[in-house]
Amino acid sequence: METLNQPLVVTDLHKRYGGREVVAGISFALARGECFGLLGPNGAGKTTTLRCCLGLTGPDSGSISLVGEPIPARAREARARIGVVPQFDNLDPDFTAAENLLVFGRYFGIDDAAIRARIPRLLDFAGLSSKANAQIRELSGGMKRRLTLARALINDPDLLVLDEPTTGLDPQARHLIWERLQGLLAEGKTILLTTHFMEEAERLCHRLAIMDEGRIISEGTPQALIAEHIPVSPSPLRPSNLEDVFLKLTGHELRD
Amino acid sequence: MMEAAAHFAPPSLSWRAVSVWRRNFMVWRKFAIPSILGNLADPMIYMFGLGYGLGSLLPQALPAFGGGSYIAFLAAGTVCASTMNAASFEALYSAFARMHVQKSWDAIMNAPISLDDIVLGELLWTAAKAMLSGIAILIVIAVLGLTHSPLAFWAIPCVFLTGLAFAAPGLIVTALAPSYDFFMYYFTLFITPMMLLSGVFFPLEQLPTAFQAVAQVLPLTHAVALIRPLLFGQVPDMAWLHIAVLATITVVCYWIALGLIRRRLLS
Ligand SMILES: Nc1ncnc2c1ncn2[C@@H]1O[C@H](COP(=O)(O)OP(=O)(O)OP(=O)(O)O)[C@@H](O)[C@H]1O
Ligand SMILES: [Mg+2]
Repeated sequence: METLNQPLVVTDLHKRYGGREVVAGISFALARGECFGLLGPNGAGKTTTLRCCLGLTGPDSGSISLVGEPIPARAREARARIGVVPQFDNLDPDFTAAENLLVFGRYFGIDDAAIRARIPRLLDFAGLSSKANAQIRELSGGMKRRLTLARALINDPDLLVLDEPTTGLDPQARHLIWERLQGLLAEGKTILLTTHFMEEAERLCHRLAIMDEGRIISEGTPQALIAEHIPVSPSPLRPSNLEDVFLKLTGHELRD
Repeated sequence: MMEAAAHFAPPSLSWRAVSVWRRNFMVWRKFAIPSILGNLADPMIYMFGLGYGLGSLLPQALPAFGGGSYIAFLAAGTVCASTMNAASFEALYSAFARMHVQKSWDAIMNAPISLDDIVLGELLWTAAKAMLSGIAILIVIAVLGLTHSPLAFWAIPCVFLTGLAFAAPGLIVTALAPSYDFFMYYFTLFITPMMLLSGVFFPLEQLPTAFQAVAQVLPLTHAVALIRPLLFGQVPDMAWLHIAVLATITVVCYWIALGLIRRRLLS
């Protein structure tokens, strides 16, 4: 039942680099069908947490269960049911947009006929139908991001792990991605997302965790976090929002 | 320390490596003809330049050259040297591009494919590509009538094995490389001297004894010792020894390369 209802359970995760603990004992769990957001300043440990969850790096301690599989022991099996959008695009520049989807589908062991049947739908989903035969270098940053999202869906995953999916996108492209992600949630998919856009977190995420220096310093629904931390708006001209919460909890200083 | 042990844990081999192999093949296929011709040009220049140019100065049918012409002797060495070069270029420059520049391996690891599968796929691909370049030269040699024996077909699996034995050490260098510049050291300190010390251009016996001893540990020496007799229509002496050396180099270097690549990418 855990598999079905909790696609990801992280318990007391620790990860150190050099002498520094960049993930310092975090725990959280995703409920099926929800969108869970990990927020935090640069260097908070978000990407490292996601890499641990996907079995791409070994944690120093703690336990992770991803779609019911223990990580890192059975990470490969778990990833068959996951779609990943990494923080930095790594589309294959040796292939066209459509070929990228074909080749990636093969990594999942999906047969060519089934992949080819999915490609037009995925390109359409990403608004890239006219770019099927374009080389990756011919795509704009936003187009690449959308193609990466389409690629993450090639295996019809149960859980999507999205590391800053809309960074570098213009408002139109960002709104398109939000719409698409809402559609995926409506289909019953679960999403784990990191973002630096508070508006994105407020719109998409059912629940959020705010990370700083490797720890989760607050967790809850966007509304609950706002009500808890900023009961009175700092400005009389607008209601308090998630950005106020974020800055209050993580400070105004730039992170190095 | 525990981490170091984990990185050098035994490779877990699986058929999933095939999808990585296939990815590289799909890219290669787009430029197959220019790629084969490009790989052929350099060895042909050496073979004809030295083979006919230098060969014409030498007496025919010297025992040191296996009783045939110098060009036939050189042609067999060229097959081996060219396989070595093709494997080294692929395992260094091309694999580094995929690993470090394009981040293709990072992308593949988001799918249900492990780094072990990726490195195995790269190893097998590199050997296959090197084999294609070796076969292209074998065809030229056969067309020129420099080999007649059906035993020459046995050279093909030997060329593949040679490709493996150079792909695996090449991947070690790739695992350690900070940038493309690093590869020059490997070529100037390892590949080029090996070409001169392994019996490609002249019989090993012509070298001072100290150099002959060094030559015995070089993979190219064993490749030449296997492949040249086959092209001359003879069964190689101590064939199993040469096969065992090349296979051992492949396995040991693959394991080390994988450990280093795990450390580099999975930290
Ligand atoms: N491979 C690594 N080796 C050493 N240090 C690392 C490594 N990866 C991450 N770090 C360090 O771990 C810390 C957390 O990095 P991480 O990438 O997880 O942050 P993040 O929350 O994703 O930040 P951003 O919002 O900038 O993407 C940083 O201080 C970073 O320098
Ligand atoms: Mg990050």
